[in-house]
Amino acid sequence: MIQADLIVILPEILLAVYAMGALLVAVYTIKDGMAPTLVWLTSAIMVFLAAVIITGGEGTNVAFNGMFVDDSFSRFAKAAVLLSGAAVLVMSQEYMSRRGLLRFEYPLLIALASVGMMMMVSAGDLMSLYMGLELQSLALYVVAALRRDSIKSTEAGLKYFVLGALSSGLLLYGASLIYGFSGTTLFSGIIQTAQHGSVSVGLLFGLVFLISGLAFKVSAVPFHMWTPDVYEGSPTPITAFFATAPKVAAMGLFARVLHDAFGAAVSDWQQVLVVLSVLSMFLGAVAAIGQRDIKRLMAFSSIAHMGYALIGLAAGTVLGVQSMLIYMAIYVTMNVGTFAFILMMERDGQPITDIDALRMYASREPAKALAVLVLMFSLAGVPPFLGFFAKFGVWQAAIDAGLMGLVVASAIASVVGAFYYLRIVFYMYFGGETDEQLDTHSSPVLWTALMGSAALMMIGVFYQFGIEGAAASAAAALVN
Amino acid sequence: MIGLEHYLTVAATLFVIGIFGLFLNRKNVIILLMSIELMLLAVNINLVAFSSFLGDLVGQVFTLFVLTVAAAEAAIGLAILVCFFRNRGTISVEDINVMKG
Repeated sequence: MIQADLIVILPEILLAVYAMGALLVAVYTIKDGMAPTLVWLTSAIMVFLAAVIITGGEGTNVAFNGMFVDDSFSRFAKAAVLLSGAAVLVMSQEYMSRRGLLRFEYPLLIALASVGMMMMVSAGDLMSLYMGLELQSLALYVVAALRRDSIKSTEAGLKYFVLGALSSGLLLYGASLIYGFSGTTLFSGIIQTAQHGSVSVGLLFGLVFLISGLAFKVSAVPFHMWTPDVYEGSPTPITAFFATAPKVAAMGLFARVLHDAFGAAVSDWQQVLVVLSVLSMFLGAVAAIGQRDIKRLMAFSSIAHMGYALIGLAAGTVLGVQSMLIYMAIYVTMNVGTFAFILMMERDGQPITDIDALRMYASREPAKALAVLVLMFSLAGVPPFLGFFAKFGVWQAAIDAGLMGLVVASAIASVVGAFYYLRIVFYMYFGGETDEQLDTHSSPVLWTALMGSAALMMIGVFYQFGIEGAAASAAAALVN
Repeated sequence: MIGLEHYLTVAATLFVIGIFGLFLNRKNVIILLMSIELMLLAVNINLVAFSSFLGDLVGQVFTLFVLTVAAAEAAIGLAILVCFFRNRGTISVEDINVMKG
């Protein structure tokens, strides 16, 4: 019995044991000298586990009396988390080592955060949900403050910690109410309580608290205030990590809680999600207009994108979850490419984040500028590129669910938001001369990530690499 | 007779005090950490009260997990705070303002 359970969570156990073992080895041997090796080893293991998860798993396996669920939904989310985490880790190596930031803890904290994220998307119980969420958050608080001698980085870590702890508190209070009013912490038990007639007031209260706690983690408005500061203050590779894997995991957890535990009460949470989604899209679009710092800009961009992904979730249907998963996969790919470019932005070896530095970039680096153009168009959702199809998918799901107003609002928000993406393109091609030019240096890894991501934005329109089928079966496994 | 409602009221009150402590406090980051701890303790009271009311042990197991995580959280929070203090020389909430968010 226990053996069957352990086999189901073998990927998580392997990654956790690797992280702890490597930590011990590094502490007792050459410490930071091992860091480059560990970065490559960690990302290799993460890619290997993703491959095992994609090819190996079949059907729905439940472990530990329902506390841990391994179905095609969790496999999809885990693969996205592991692959994007590995990509960001490899991208960060050069940047970190040139600034003396490459400590051996860094890849291991990322590995532990990934274990937490894998737990989150597989949670089948309020307890495993909470433990996964905290494992992820605690590791992320530390990496946000990784640059110990910088005021900005420690401030980012502190702000992230205080607001993250507040959100965990809200989530936990909701969890305690749900436990009290349904008598169980298992999602399969909660959904049965919710099915008997209408949802009781106590359960509804708990659900609202739980949703606000999760909204913090996906940085949906009005729980977004930490995002711009944490994105700006953290070292850029860590910002890149924040913008990718944890977002997928939090969205996955959101979908899992809403459908596995409250799937019988869609009408009770649909309105809340619609409000969160509309507010996120508009704030993300409007507040980014005044930003001159590209990392802050990407923070508002991620808030807006979470709004679009929430449209899919608000639909509350199989198609909605499917379109949300595809949206997240495309969003993560775009962000990996964009952050590869931001990591390359430097002058005299110093990182630059001011978008004014991009003026006339196209005349010096036409290939990279073209790739950024593709990514910006895709982020804005301009038709020929993949970003448009991501938005189109969630709109289709929302129309099917009868949320016409939400679709109209999001179309308006995406037009407003297109302004600041297109402004970057404008600066690069017609921006007028600036005397502060960026270095032309570029590392092969970052170059590959940027070009690969931009190429995927175009290839993806014709060939989806089986993402659509995988997302469809994932959504079908989740929604019943 | 003290019933479930009394425990829930106490827990809700503590939770709200914790949230207000986070938002109204302008002085000291340590007070923020105390407020967070207060919120988690309110949750624990809730869980234990429900557990005893339902005659179900799961709530108490949950409480143990929450206690453990709260300890880890406080340790990490204090560690980040020490780093911040070394750079900034102060732990006043008003001085956490290098970035405007």
